[in-house]
Amino acid sequence: MNDKLQLPHLDYAALSPMLILFGVAAVGVLVEGFVPRSIRHRVQLPLALLGLVAALVMVIRQGGKHVLTASTAVAIDGPSLFLSGSIIVLGIVSLLLIGERSLETGGAFVAQAAVTANTEADRDQAARAPGTTEVFPLALFALAGMVLFVSANDLLTMFVALEVLSLPLYLMCALARRRRLLSQEAALKYFLLGSFASAFFLFGIALIYGYAGQVDFKSIDAAIPSSTHSTTLLNVGLSMLAIGLLFKAAAVPFHVWTPDVYHGAPTPVTALMAACTKVAAFGGLLRVLTVGFERSTWDFRPVLGGIAVLTMLVGAILAVTQTDIKRLLAYSSIANAGYVLVGVLAVNKSGLSSSMFYLVAYGFTVIAAFGVVTLVRDADGEATHLSRWAGLGRRSPVYAAVFTFIMLAFAGIPLTSGFTAKFGVFGAALEADQTWLVIAGVVSSAILAFPYLRVIVMMYLSEPAENTPTVSIPGALTAAALVIGVVATLLLGVWPRSLLEVTQNAANFIR
Amino acid sequence: MSFPYLTVLTAAPLVGAGVVAALPKDKPELVKRFAFVWSLAIFVLTVVLWTQFKPGGDRFQFKESYDWIPQWGVSFTFATDGIALVMLALIALLMPIVILASWHDADESRRSVPTYFALLLSLECTLIGVFAAQDIFLFYVFFEVMLVPMYFLIGSYGGARKQYAAVKFFLYSLAGGLFMLAAVIGLWVVGGHTFDWQKLVSADFSTTTERWLFLGFFLAFAIKAPFFPFHTWLPDAGGAAPVGTAALLVGVMDKVGTFGILRYCLPLFPDASRYFAPLALVLAVVGIIYGALLAVGQNDLKRLVSYTSIAHFGFIGVGIFAFTSQAMTGSVFYMVNHGLATGLLFLVVGMLVARRGSALVSDFGGAGKYVPKLAGVLLIAGLASLALPGMSPFVSEFLVLIGTFSVNKTVAVIATAGIILAAGYVLWMIQRTTQGTPNPALEKVDGLRRDLTVREAAVVAPLIALILFFGFYPKPVLDVINPAVQATLHDVGKTDPQPTLVNTEAGK
Repeated sequence: MNDKLQLPHLDYAALSPMLILFGVAAVGVLVEGFVPRSIRHRVQLPLALLGLVAALVMVIRQGGKHVLTASTAVAIDGPSLFLSGSIIVLGIVSLLLIGERSLETGGAFVAQAAVTANTEADRDQAARAPGTTEVFPLALFALAGMVLFVSANDLLTMFVALEVLSLPLYLMCALARRRRLLSQEAALKYFLLGSFASAFFLFGIALIYGYAGQVDFKSIDAAIPSSTHSTTLLNVGLSMLAIGLLFKAAAVPFHVWTPDVYHGAPTPVTALMAACTKVAAFGGLLRVLTVGFERSTWDFRPVLGGIAVLTMLVGAILAVTQTDIKRLLAYSSIANAGYVLVGVLAVNKSGLSSSMFYLVAYGFTVIAAFGVVTLVRDADGEATHLSRWAGLGRRSPVYAAVFTFIMLAFAGIPLTSGFTAKFGVFGAALEADQTWLVIAGVVSSAILAFPYLRVIVMMYLSEPAENTPTVSIPGALTAAALVIGVVATLLLGVWPRSLLEVTQNAANFIR
Repeated sequence: MSFPYLTVLTAAPLVGAGVVAALPKDKPELVKRFAFVWSLAIFVLTVVLWTQFKPGGDRFQFKESYDWIPQWGVSFTFATDGIALVMLALIALLMPIVILASWHDADESRRSVPTYFALLLSLECTLIGVFAAQDIFLFYVFFEVMLVPMYFLIGSYGGARKQYAAVKFFLYSLAGGLFMLAAVIGLWVVGGHTFDWQKLVSADFSTTTERWLFLGFFLAFAIKAPFFPFHTWLPDAGGAAPVGTAALLVGVMDKVGTFGILRYCLPLFPDASRYFAPLALVLAVVGIIYGALLAVGQNDLKRLVSYTSIAHFGFIGVGIFAFTSQAMTGSVFYMVNHGLATGLLFLVVGMLVARRGSALVSDFGGAGKYVPKLAGVLLIAGLASLALPGMSPFVSEFLVLIGTFSVNKTVAVIATAGIILAAGYVLWMIQRTTQGTPNPALEKVDGLRRDLTVREAAVVAPLIALILFFGFYPKPVLDVINPAVQATLHDVGKTDPQPTLVNTEAGK
């Protein structure tokens, strides 16, 4: 037993973004323990933002790096850096929404999640108590998990990252200040279904291990032409992995949780999930499919293509029938997952870069959309029913205009990021001869325009109802998040060349 | 580097829209005056552009190109040929007229006056852009963005059922546009990652690809134009839109469809164009007859005018797909004349409707007794619309028909029947509104005490003058159109048939 246990070499610089995020999140937990309640919010928010900015700086400084580290468990390459950076930037913007406290007393979060819903104590704390500040470390843990998720180079690391990013999200879903039952239901639903999905993912890992004898992507890639084991193992294993990933990405038929969770969760958390989780889920999917299973493209493409078509059409059609703005945005996010999937299924360089572009473009827009949702309020908190938005254009033309712009971006009207993003993924799919996906995408876009238009009609063309909710003046944080989201949406539509260049340079996986 | 006419022309309305939107809401007069003067300045610039255009020179003139998205090969490329030039002139001419005609439209709607004029000017920006663009991506951008101001113009300032009409208009056009998007991307992929029109024209595609791409473009343009059976949005939109907007919608925006066929479908996909020409001819001929028959049956004046447009677009379609220089020149000239004549008709109808407070034909009857001048203008507009000789639409309709007759007698004969129907719907409409038995209810309508005002006279005078002028002397326009038409026919690979009859006569 003379062999020394060799510690794997760790490239600390390359790992620094996630180390910073995990570290700051841990510090956040300490803050919860030792800092008096009255000033916690004032400590946690700057701390979290600082941590994210520091992590972003480190990501940018790694630019161009192309290494495997931690004995090939973590890959630092173009896509992982780009996606990490996107997650962090979108995380910063959603954190601005999470940190907002001027819209209602104590912010969007409940003080004590354990108080029984609909009791006197619950009403009391909804009206007065300052919200919990644990959301900040939770959000940071989730974001750190996402950064690890898109950088994971083997299936086990990926699974760990998946759990790290999921658990805080489940918790955060349960923290809405109002409509506590809905919020708890959302959290429970997300948790239960998420656990199933994780179980599928884990089972898939086991099967792949049985097939390839390894769990890292390079070995899987090498094993596909040479393994002597039954390809059933490979195909079933890959399907199960895909189920786990597509669940997080909210693709049909693994989407049923999305509307309920998006609806019940506190709106800032919904924004975080719609933007960042989507980036992480698709980042993971891109790496698994491109690095690990590229040789199975002919096998998975028809199946995943079918899922993409379903996702786009079901998301679009069900969005038409929605009467609640948050559920509408949830179905729209499902349909958008379908569009990203179209780019992913191109399985080529332009597919990779256009999917990444799409994720960033969509993330900014969706955060701005949920940002506006947090502003439209009445005495009971956010007024999310569509009928309550009637005539909003008269009462607050600025926010109605902002939301109209966002809706047009979702509908893919040119000069918004929605159009350039769609153009990218459709172009990539056509290059890969996946015309059917593009046709389905075009048809679903046409359907999806209808619910977006309906919102615009509601806001402008309908007469205001008696009880039109007021639109609160956003605090500095929400205002900043809105401005960033809208400006990014416009900029990526009018002048996309800079980000296109970045995504094209980044579209190079390490194996 | 010469003066960047087309960039300035495209940007100017947008700048104007920005200024208008920033003007204070409580000074509507200032807003209107500014919008009018600004659009007039744009018209003057267009006239200068026209005088600089050399009909015998290059096919595309005033070319400008700036990088936009180099990764995709997208650039801001503007250039104009004769066909686009006449359309640019038409927009620039109609805009001040429409602004003048819409002077009070926004006041009555209880909505923001500056927004209305800002929307009109941004619409002008997108319309000019769509005709001036030479890069297909840029064309597509204008093609789609155009929907947004029009949507709000109809939806916010329109009449009854405005929401329904606005949404239907938007969704129809967007659906067509999205299929075109798929085709645009397909073209980009097979054409070697460029959007440059000139490069793509010389590219070769496989027969199947070319046909699918053609259909993608054609569907969008057929909805836009609109051709039968994609026309159902137009009567709703035209009926609900404020009259000024409706004049722009039918007079200019719909021409984007036929222009798109001429500029994109035919030169880019010549083989497919020839292959699908019979189909297009059938749709066009059905449109002529069907649109005219429905126009006869309408009781709503604005819807009636909309249906006449569908019939007129049928003529334009016939002229395009007949593939002779006479017919195609006629079609392009028809696009101009239709803008003038139907624009005029819409505006006059709008004046009548504003006075009566109703657009229903049955609410009129003998109105000419109260407003003789207006009734006279309506008669002129109607006669122009039915292509009376001496009016400019006659020239274009005649060109289309003789050009078509030389290659396809059946189509020409059926289309000619459309002229008879046109006389039917126009004359019967006039008989039931301004002539005929006086409607006793009109006695009590205060609006009808006032005949054509000075402002309204200023609105209709230039249009009537042009219709008469081009009716007798169409040469200035035809000279500009002709080279572009010849070039387009050359792209499609069609030549005019030899006049065989003359040869045999000579041989005797």
